[in-house]
Amino acid sequence: MYYIDPHIHMVSRTTDDYETLAKMGCVALSEPAFWAGYDRGSVDGFRDYFEQLIGFEPKRAGWYGIQHFCWLCINAKEAENVALAREVIAMIPQFLDRPGVLGIGEIGLNKNTKNEATVFLEHIDLAIRTDEQILIHTPHLEDKYQGTRMILDMLCDDGRVNRERVLVDHVEEHTVRHVLDEGFWAGMTLYPVSKCTPGRAADIVELYGPERLLVNSAGDWGPSKPTAVPDFILEMRRRGHSESLIRRVVYDNPVAFFSQSRNFVFNPPDVTEAAGV
Amino acid sequence: MFNSRRSAEVLEQEFLPIRAKVLEVAAALDRLDRGAGSLASDARRAQIQAAIQILLRPDDDRAEQVQLIFSRQFRDDWREEFDI
Repeated sequence: MYYIDPHIHMVSRTTDDYETLAKMGCVALSEPAFWAGYDRGSVDGFRDYFEQLIGFEPKRAGWYGIQHFCWLCINAKEAENVALAREVIAMIPQFLDRPGVLGIGEIGLNKNTKNEATVFLEHIDLAIRTDEQILIHTPHLEDKYQGTRMILDMLCDDGRVNRERVLVDHVEEHTVRHVLDEGFWAGMTLYPVSKCTPGRAADIVELYGPERLLVNSAGDWGPSKPTAVPDFILEMRRRGHSESLIRRVVYDNPVAFFSQSRNFVFNPPDVTEAAGV
Repeated sequence: MFNSRRSAEVLEQEFLPIRAKVLEVAAALDRLDRGAGSLASDARRAQIQAAIQILLRPDDDRAEQVQLIFSRQFRDDWREEFDI
């Protein structure tokens, strides 16, 4: 089955991973800007990173027939440096018309601090002023519930936000309902230890249905599995779910969400297979 | 709800994985107890205990309840605290 991984950090992965993803049926992916494992020291560090996301990664993906898209921001972990964050936010519009840039992301909260909230709100304002879609990171572990509720408060407070153009990522059992009930898209991240497993993600699809739900691997430099989406596909098949339901979550939904971005120029793979014929 | 499987079918698939996971938890708790010193004042130990209690309930949202056991509380007035 063809699929799209809507959240994966390929700058942290090898070229061999691109090849493996292609062999597993991945035809496109989107890569949000994130934390490199260390705090960058200047706005130029982000400029170089954005160039890598927009320039080199699509080329590397293309060697294996995968279409690469990306999102730009300064992540929540570096938002404690509000002055630097503002420099980066001011620079982002220079890149928004480049090919493959889908919007602002992954913005959000990490430890749910005032500075993080301030920078999150300024990213939201940027996205609205530039008519960009938004991809949101929700915090880890014990901070997730509180942070997700805070993020939803900030989004819902701003009447300019078009909820159909916002994806709130890393939802789990205690946050998915809040996100979907407010009209946003929700992403489930499949991780070996934290976040969701393929089985729990399948449970969430069974409980809430496929509407506005995505699954991703969020593969990065930490413990993660870039082929986690095929694991989810297998789990759904093992439970007897139809190919059309599975494809809705792993292919049709990402296409529908991304299609709201002017830079989502997507060449679908073989249409016969995609239609499940 | 997108789930048409019968309970017996689910049990057939899940029995061995559940057995394995329960054993892992039991062995990990034994490991904790074999360690030197007391965990009585460690809030994480109490969280584990509370989560296990939830597993014994007949509710249909145990996963969500367990998640909340391990979560910080959300306060509606956070904006005032942050002056945002």
